[in-house]
This record gives sequence, C-alpha cells and structure tokens, in this order.
Amino acid sequence: MSAPLAALGLFGDAIDVIFHAREGRAGGAQVGGLSDFGAMAWTHLKVVLASVGLASLIALPLGLVLGHLRRGGLLAVTVSNVGRAVPSLALIAVFIAFLGVGFGNVTLALALLAIPPILTNTYVGVTQVDRDVIDAAKGQGLTGAQIVREIELPLALPLIFGGLRTSVVNVIATATIAPVAGVVTLGDPIFSQAVYGDAGKLAAAIVVALMAIVAEVGLGAAQRAVTPRPLRGTPGITRRARFLPTLRKGAATS
Amino acid sequence: MSLVLAQSGGFVRDRSAGASGQDACVARDGVCPSWIAENFDRYVEPLQRHVLLTVVALVIGFTISFALALLAHRRRWLVTPIVQLTGILYTIPSLALFFLLLPLTGRGFLTAEIALVSYTLLIIFRNVITGLDGVPADAVDAARGMGLTDRQVLWKVEIPLALPEIAAGLRIAATTTVGLATLAFFAGAGGLGDPIYADLTFKSNVLVAGGLCVLLAVVLDLLVLLAQRLLTPWTRAATA
Repeated sequence: MSAPLAALGLFGDAIDVIFHAREGRAGGAQVGGLSDFGAMAWTHLKVVLASVGLASLIALPLGLVLGHLRRGGLLAVTVSNVGRAVPSLALIAVFIAFLGVGFGNVTLALALLAIPPILTNTYVGVTQVDRDVIDAAKGQGLTGAQIVREIELPLALPLIFGGLRTSVVNVIATATIAPVAGVVTLGDPIFSQAVYGDAGKLAAAIVVALMAIVAEVGLGAAQRAVTPRPLRGTPGITRRARFLPTLRKGAATS
Repeated sequence: MSLVLAQSGGFVRDRSAGASGQDACVARDGVCPSWIAENFDRYVEPLQRHVLLTVVALVIGFTISFALALLAHRRRWLVTPIVQLTGILYTIPSLALFFLLLPLTGRGFLTAEIALVSYTLLIIFRNVITGLDGVPADAVDAARGMGLTDRQVLWKVEIPLALPEIAAGLRIAATTTVGLATLAFFAGAGGLGDPIYADLTFKSNVLVAGGLCVLLAVVLDLLVLLAQRLLTPWTRAATA
C-alpha cells in the first residue's frame, strides 16, 4: 500500500483492495483487485438494468394508460405507499423462501421494488398535463393514442425520468443484498466478510455508494435535459408558483 | 460464496419444540400457524427495537430538517446547497453508509441512527419548503395587514397552511425509515432485520418479521395522518 493510502487508515486499506488483489483472509484464493470488483460491479449493473427494464415495461404503459383515462389514481398511489412500506430485505427474503435463489428471482424481486416510483410518477406526470392542451389536441382531431404519444408522454417525461432515477438508485442500493440469493453483486464482500475482511467490506460500500451517486447525477442531468427550459426550477424542488405568473401573463397578452 | 450468519444476533430456529405435525411443517420451511403462535414472543424484542430505531430517527430527522427549512425559507440561496447535500446523503445506499461509518463510529445504535436520520433529511426538508412556498401570498399579505410580525406570520399562518405538505413528507419518511431499519442489524443495532436475516429460507419466519415491518409502517403512516387531521380541521371542511 502506498504512503498516502496508509495515512487514511482503514479507508486507505479499502481503496487498496479495490485496485490490488490480495490473499483472502480465509487463506488460499486471491480476493480484491480490479478484476474481482469489476466482475461484481458488472453483475450488479446487470441485475439493476434487468430489473429496472422489466419494471419499466410494466409500469410505463400502465401509468400512461391509467393517466390518460384519469382512472385508477387510488391504485397508483396505493401501490407506491405499500411499495415503500415493504422492506427490501423482507421482499428478497420472501422471494428466496417461496421461489428460491438465482438471478431471475432477484431480478423479479428488485423489479417489484422498482415499479412503484415509475408507475406513480408516470401517472402523476400524465394527469397533470393541462386539460386545455388535451382539449386543443382533440379539437385538432388527434386520436387517443396520438394524444398519449404526441402530448401526454412528452409533457410527462420529466416526472417519468424522476421516477426512473428514484428506482435506479433504490435498486442499486438494494442489489447489495442480492448475494443472500446467490447473485454475486457488490454486496458479496459484505456477506463474505470472513474472506474479504473489514477492508473488503468497506471497499464494497465505497463502490456501491459511488455507483449510486453516478446514477443519481447522470439521470438527474438526463431529467433536466428532457425538461422544457421554463419548467426548470430549483433542483429537487417543484415550484409551480414560479412559472404560473408567466403563463398568466402570456394568456393576457395573446 | 460464504454467508456469515454469525453477524446476526444469534436468532436460531428451534426445530425441536412443538407437536409432531408442526415439526414436519417447520422442517419443510413452510408456513406453520402453530409455530408462529408459539414463537411469536421471539419477535417482540426486535419489534420494540425497530420502533425505537424508527421513531428516534424520525424525531431527530424532523427537528434538523424543519430547522433547516425555516432557515432556508427566508434565505432562498440556502435551498440549493441544502437540497444537494441532503440529496447526496439520500443517494448513498443505507447498507453502504452503515459500513462507511463503521471505522468512525463503530457498530451499534449510533451508527444506525446517523444513517437513518440522514435519509429523512431530504424528504422532510423538501416537503416543508414546498409547503411553505405553496402558502397563498394573499394569506400572508392579509396577515401582515393585520399587523402580525414576521414570526407571527410564520407560526400562525405559513406553518399551519403548510401542514398537509409537511405531514406528507413525514409520512414518506416514516415508511421509508421502517424499511431501511430492517438493515440496521448490519450495523449491530438489531431490529426486525435480525430475525429475517437469521433464517431467510423459513417461510413462517420471513412472513412474520416482514409482516410486522409492513404493519409498523402502516401504523406510523396512519398516526401521522391522524395527527395532521387533528391539527388542520379546516382541510376536512374544504374537501367534504
């Protein structure tokens, strides 16, 4: 370990483990190093992409249709409330106990966690589209499907991205417990502490935290990119009051 | 891959107890009502611990974020840095944060609480600020016209009118914290995660412990909702 890393104590040791393989604490096999952590990070990423992809396939169309019909608001809200209340560890445990371990089951469990934010945000995003805009579209002869595709979906995109962002960050966090279901994600050094030791455990925590922050920042930038400029407020705070007066002024002058 | 079961708090299934029919059910890892009835008291201590972890985190989290929101309400420039900072805290996975804190605060209640509190900050702060922003300017003007001081306007007009939004934030924070507290046992702080993790394949165990978590979340959610209803009688008249 280099001198600056040594000065950081256990944190330095943890960073060292990420880059340089060392002998496992139980003896024998080498653990750590970029190839080891890279493989775990790749599995982590695969689980996240598969489960959020699956969740989007279900939640996006459902949210768009329910929002377009302005029906099932109670369902969308209830799903999101119940979803928050179910602890991720309990959900994964239920899947292990009833369906068994493996990549598919973990993906399913994580997809269930990822559905509520996407569903609720899509629904809310579509329902908050101004009725006048929809009426104008109807007046111009657009069909229901066209209204969804050309008007409601684009206007709901910022909120949909918000939901995706929440889901991705949640799933990155939760995929850390996937090793209990036999999927070797970045959580493995935490559960196989006997092999990796404290430094490995801390190293995994650092990599997972970084992955979550990169996803949050990246998807946050994407969310801003799909948000029309006048609707961009303080990051993270919706401020309807800020752009309402402008809209009123526009209406008065036209 | 080796699992370190020793990490959990010694919650080991007692396969010897009970009637013979029950034994078969337990051996199958099944859902066994009689086993649940006989062993329910095992879950009382983890449940109490879980309630303590959650409530302490909510009270501290609410105090900090409410104070920050009041500060930022008059000094708007503070909103962005506070949202960004609490956003980063919110983004770091709880499991990772428990381990990141280990070299600094060791294992135990304090480590778990630091992590749990840090997750409530963004949720509550954002809702308090949104609530205060949503107060109609006319109401504030009217209060000023009646000669109320800034402090009176805040406590008698703005905060009461923002209460529904504030309560909504507290409800989200409550259900989220109940869920995250199931991971607190990784920091050595106990809670319902202890029994869940100790016997992941036993359906009875997972259902009881997981069910208690959901129940706790629902109860806390309803309590905050009830408090909000009692504190804001005028909103009921408006929606009725």
